[in-house]
Amino acid sequence: MDATALLAPLAALVLAPLFLGIINRTKAFFAGRHGQPLFQLYFDLQKLLGKGATYSRTSTWIVRGGPIIGLAALMVVVLLVPLGGLSGLVRFPGDLLLFAYLLSMARFFTVLAALDVGSSFEGMGASREVFFSTLTEPTLMLSLAVLAHQSHSLSLSSALGAVTVTSWLQHGTSLVLVFVALLVVCLAENARIPIDDPNTHLELTMIHEVMVLDHGGPDLAFILYGSALKLWIFASLVVGLVLPVRTGVAFLDLGSMLLGMGLLAIVLGCIESTMARLRLLRVPNLLVGATTLATLALVLAVR
Amino acid sequence: MLGLPSAVSKVLGGTPELASMVWSIPGGTLSVALDALSGFFLVPIYLVCTLAAFYGLEYLRSSPRGNSLGVFWCSYNLLMVSMIVVILAKNGILFLLAWETMALTSFFLVTFENERPEVQAAGWIYLVATHLGTAFLLVLFLFLGEAAGSYDFDRFPPVVQFLPSGGLFLLALVGFGTKAGFVPFHVWLPEAHPAAPSHVSAVMSGLMIKTGIYGLVRIVTLLGPPSTWWGVLLVGLGVSSGILGVLFALAQHDLKRLLAYHSVENIGIILTGLGLGLLGLSLHLPALAALGFAGGLLHVLNHALFKSLLFLSAGAVAHATGTRELDQLGGLAKRMPVTCFFFLIGAAAISGLPPLNGFISEFLIYLGAFSTVTAHSALVALGPALVAVAGLALIGGFAAACFTKAFGIVFLGEPRDPHTPEGHEPGALMLVPMGILALSCVVIGIFPAGLLPAMETVVASFTLQTKDDLSVILQETVEPLLILSLAALLFLSLAGGFVVLRRRLLRRRPVEETVTWDCGYAQPTPRMQYTASSFAQPFVARFAIFLRTRHLGGLPKGFFPRMASLSTKTPDVFRQSLYAPLFLGIEKGLHYLQVLQRGRVQVYVLYIVLALVALLTWTRK
Repeated sequence: MDATALLAPLAALVLAPLFLGIINRTKAFFAGRHGQPLFQLYFDLQKLLGKGATYSRTSTWIVRGGPIIGLAALMVVVLLVPLGGLSGLVRFPGDLLLFAYLLSMARFFTVLAALDVGSSFEGMGASREVFFSTLTEPTLMLSLAVLAHQSHSLSLSSALGAVTVTSWLQHGTSLVLVFVALLVVCLAENARIPIDDPNTHLELTMIHEVMVLDHGGPDLAFILYGSALKLWIFASLVVGLVLPVRTGVAFLDLGSMLLGMGLLAIVLGCIESTMARLRLLRVPNLLVGATTLATLALVLAVR
Repeated sequence: MLGLPSAVSKVLGGTPELASMVWSIPGGTLSVALDALSGFFLVPIYLVCTLAAFYGLEYLRSSPRGNSLGVFWCSYNLLMVSMIVVILAKNGILFLLAWETMALTSFFLVTFENERPEVQAAGWIYLVATHLGTAFLLVLFLFLGEAAGSYDFDRFPPVVQFLPSGGLFLLALVGFGTKAGFVPFHVWLPEAHPAAPSHVSAVMSGLMIKTGIYGLVRIVTLLGPPSTWWGVLLVGLGVSSGILGVLFALAQHDLKRLLAYHSVENIGIILTGLGLGLLGLSLHLPALAALGFAGGLLHVLNHALFKSLLFLSAGAVAHATGTRELDQLGGLAKRMPVTCFFFLIGAAAISGLPPLNGFISEFLIYLGAFSTVTAHSALVALGPALVAVAGLALIGGFAAACFTKAFGIVFLGEPRDPHTPEGHEPGALMLVPMGILALSCVVIGIFPAGLLPAMETVVASFTLQTKDDLSVILQETVEPLLILSLAALLFLSLAGGFVVLRRRLLRRRPVEETVTWDCGYAQPTPRMQYTASSFAQPFVARFAIFLRTRHLGGLPKGFFPRMASLSTKTPDVFRQSLYAPLFLGIEKGLHYLQVLQRGRVQVYVLYIVLALVALLTWTRK
């Protein structure tokens, strides 16, 4: 194992909060505000880690353990995920399954922690979260199947590493469909507009944010850092797919990928500034639509 | 009598040897043999039956029957022995005898609390369903036995007169499928399993339905090389059974009924694995065959472990609170912390989450299905494999939703109904069996590679591939499984590290307790909590076409409504729309035969004479 294998996970662990900062600055630019500092999330994390904690009297160890289990699962996932041509630290045939199921595991415990405090707001968020994620699960798996089909490999690193300019020229249509499907999955899994609004202040309409209402202090810091990691993980899949720069020189690859990540953050900021959140009843249509696109991509690929 | 089950199981409890021994029982060629396949199915039977028996000792102590439990334990032992004989039998007649004993004894166990009308109804449904299934098996064995001139399994020919082997396969599928309980033959399962005492539900759901899977595998190995459509059919049935089973489970409010529907789902996953395996055999794709069969069979073992764990812990909840209604429970994590922890392990395992055993078997099935994707196989293998991949992903999502609901509503929050007893932790006799099951789920999940040699032997014993072929393929999965172990250990140590970090951070800082945040409303009551029905509402609304949930009660009326209530009920759509009309139609048709029933002996004698004459002319022809 060479040192370049450490680049992808290190970039994720260090830069994930910055990704959110770029999105927020883009949104502020659209709104004509100056906006929060780029590194705001780092400051928030530092502040939260320095605080005490307040728990609901209803709650048990689940509410205390949920953020920890979630963050631990996401950190293992970070080791599996490649950044474009830079392979992940751990790669083996079938790691894309571990990837998908560790994400479900993190979600499982977030949902349980939400139910632990017995608030109907959090129950509402939990119910929506499991419903929407059930609909994104097949999309993710089918999109990964397309990549596995083209690369003859069941490992995320090899599957994304095999996406080159040639493969875009040959299977462009199917890759575009996978890109759209993965983008929708990325938005849905990370509670972004148009599925969920991270900035809303009305508990009734929220999904992810409402689930963590009763967390505070270090627990909230774990959760915030975990969601930043999760966003980075999905974003690096999307960027790895659309940016087929595979020079083989680690620092060129890293530089182009980081640039790509920055661009994606700006694109996400633009999406969030120019779109309204969908009505909750409409969200399933969007998610099932993404599944259809992924299925179509697969049909085109295996044709 | 009470001590007997444990003694019996202990005698039998040794690890089965993977050797074959045949002997004759006086009066015929009744033979039994223990080969790798039988041995594999016997391990969970020995383990779970013993544990469930210990659990039952305490569980039934407060039963209103008091000391008259002799009949119950007698049936329990007979059920256990008959399951073992079913697995060991090498002769059609012995097999059917044991099969019938198994059906009858489990009927007696289901109707243990026969003073309750719903238990009686469940018992009858079960009895009818199991006998209809056996009827198909009878025909199957008659065909095979007639052609061979003997009912010994190893003499059964792959082809018989009048019926192609596909026909035999369909007979086996319906006959064994009724026992295994996949859609559409599952209707008895959500009735019978909740009605039985919890440790019997664990045995039935974890073990007895697996004898259906065993029978199917055994017969398929006797029928020679499989056709391609067998595998395609099994994958189709498996995926639809998995999705529909878990959807029905989501809509249930009865904890044990919910678990029973999850058996339908998991049998679907097993069937998907077996279907992929058959497909691999018929198309000569060794990777698909090996991984499909290995995953499907491993899921048999895993499901036996976590499903019985879930039924036992659900039984502990029902035992302590006197109810299985999700919406009357809540907050039990504080009163029953150990049970809560065991249920959580079972719930995570059945949802296929790493690092537990459910993930391992699904991982193998996925690997098998994906092997056709990376190898760019022909569409006839690729299509079903991709359906399996998408289906498994969807099932996984649904299962996680269903078990966050079940666990969250029962154990978390505040008690939802003030009239429900507070609950208490059960005694050691109930807790230790649950603990052993939970531990085995964790151990298999963290160290899965240790099971591969066993899976190799089992799969090689009934597929026609040589063991070398298999070991090449399964050797390739050793490395991923070892990395999975490492990932599991890394995950656990990371979590442990964060626990320490959090404790460090919070030392000497204020840690307070207050009410749950309710938008500034400081007087939350338990009635405001989300319920099982409200949690599942998005699913129920979206999939109404399958579920047909009925809403009872209505919206509040007027500006100052006094009272309003709403409850939902989801009956089984197959029972309502398929079997009920079918059987009512048959009953109606049979009414026409009443014309023959005259109530006069002379007329009946005439019937006998006519029948004799008809038979005589037929044989003389």
